[in-house]
Amino acid sequence: MSSAAAPALSVAAPAPSLPRFRNAGWWGLILPAFLLMTVFYLAPILQVLLISFTEPRPGLDNYERLFTSMGVQNVIETTLRICIITTAVSLALGYALSYVMALASPRAQRWWLLAVLVPLWISVLVRAFAWVTLLRRQGLVNEGLMGIGVIEEPLRLVWNEFGIVVGMVHYMVPYAVLPMLASMREIDPRLLAAARGLGASRFTAFRRVFLPLSAPGLVAAGVLVFIFSLGFYITPAILGGGKTLMAAEWIKLQILDLIRWGLGAMLATVLVVAILVTLAIFSRVVNLKRLFGGGA
Amino acid sequence: MNGGYPAGPFAKGIAWVTVLYLILPITIVIPVSLTDQRYLSLPQQGLSLRYYANLLGSEAWLGAIWQSFWIALASTTLAVAAGTLCAIGCWRLGRRSTELVRALMLLPLIIPSIVYAIGLYRYFGKLDLLDRFLGVTLAHGVTGIPYVIITVSTALAAFDPRLEQAARGMGASLSQTLRWVILPRIMPGIASGAIFAFIHSWDELVMVLFIASRQVFTLPRKIWDGINENLDPTMAAVAVLLIVFTVLLLALDGALRTRRSG
Repeated sequence: MSSAAAPALSVAAPAPSLPRFRNAGWWGLILPAFLLMTVFYLAPILQVLLISFTEPRPGLDNYERLFTSMGVQNVIETTLRICIITTAVSLALGYALSYVMALASPRAQRWWLLAVLVPLWISVLVRAFAWVTLLRRQGLVNEGLMGIGVIEEPLRLVWNEFGIVVGMVHYMVPYAVLPMLASMREIDPRLLAAARGLGASRFTAFRRVFLPLSAPGLVAAGVLVFIFSLGFYITPAILGGGKTLMAAEWIKLQILDLIRWGLGAMLATVLVVAILVTLAIFSRVVNLKRLFGGGA
Repeated sequence: MNGGYPAGPFAKGIAWVTVLYLILPITIVIPVSLTDQRYLSLPQQGLSLRYYANLLGSEAWLGAIWQSFWIALASTTLAVAAGTLCAIGCWRLGRRSTELVRALMLLPLIIPSIVYAIGLYRYFGKLDLLDRFLGVTLAHGVTGIPYVIITVSTALAAFDPRLEQAARGMGASLSQTLRWVILPRIMPGIASGAIFAFIHSWDELVMVLFIASRQVFTLPRKIWDGINENLDPTMAAVAVLLIVFTVLLLALDGALRTRRSG
């Protein structure tokens, strides 16, 4: 997909004989989107960054809280812990799934892909609602387990970190699969057959041949899932039940309920910086465009 | 790729479990929506459609669906118009000179919507756009642009730029070239982008929580309140309808893609 853009590129360079203003029309096409994006997207976000330094009074007071406030540190710690667990589990499940998909016949591959893409586009609220229905105290899982006598007391499956992780992994697995699948599709399965032919066991063939070749996709998927998890609001808010606070919900609490703009904006800024820095570090392996464009 | 080297039983086992984990919990809302009980549960004595009747007879739910639909339609129009033109411009001007523009356009995909939402809350307050149809449309439209840019860029990558140069060389103006040469060729990409921008707006909750309250009350907002306040089986009926709607839109997108490649 990205390689197909190459011919377009070479021709797209302005011919030397054309005066510069011939390009003005094409820049004009970019203008509406550019203006919309700066005025209605970038400006509000920059304002958040600004507020974190100016309210309640100018200075770095809000950032000082990162080091002095237990509350702030707790939220960051909880967020990081849940994000790391979510990323690890999503990668493990997604890796096995992409591995099977990449080695399947094209026909089977289409069915697998469907099974990944449909959940991806189904409303996150609908999915959180389904999990609440299943996992709550009087939910279907607890009723079922008590019905067949496995447990006496209902298990606490939701409104805690366990529930958040179950819901978040459910949301993130498709995002983990797409970049890994894209990179695994480029691996020639005959390499594995050759390794087996030369006497490697199935596991050795996987570990020495397939795993190293799929590593870039694995890293890309990890980065993507991690940064999506960091600022995730809806699922943690519903499945955490207000008891386990992650960054996004804490920010909402500061701003809508406690009207502490400076603190909320400070954590929002930290979130954005953390995401941009992560992306910058891994920019060579993560190609957002290819990921979203290459869905099917 | 062929199936010459099938995956082992261990990997296959995990893959199946993962797919079941992705799909089954979502399908649970179907039997729950048909329950004959008064609370969220599986049907006990028989199936009942009363929660669908509830939903379709409720002013509040229908109003929310209607508002969401119009907002999604308006913001999709905005995203498609701006996004398509921008993608064409970036494509024609080349990768290097538009690097920054394209990075800017993809920002909404990576910056958490909570950050944007709190920014908007403050920003729209000053512009008197809070709790207004226009405000929500602008917010959803702007954040829908990346989806359009990605699908249209993908379609453009397969488009032969010499066609555009030939048209210009024969004296077609920029708008004529766009209308008669470029746009017809990338229509499937635009349609795909429109579908994703529509779903994006239709499902969007975080911004709406901040910039809308009474006048503008979308479907996700109504579901959110339902989950937090009273979990009754009508919610399951709404969930089923939403799932059906999303699957239909994806099927439409699949059909468009097949036509494009066929």
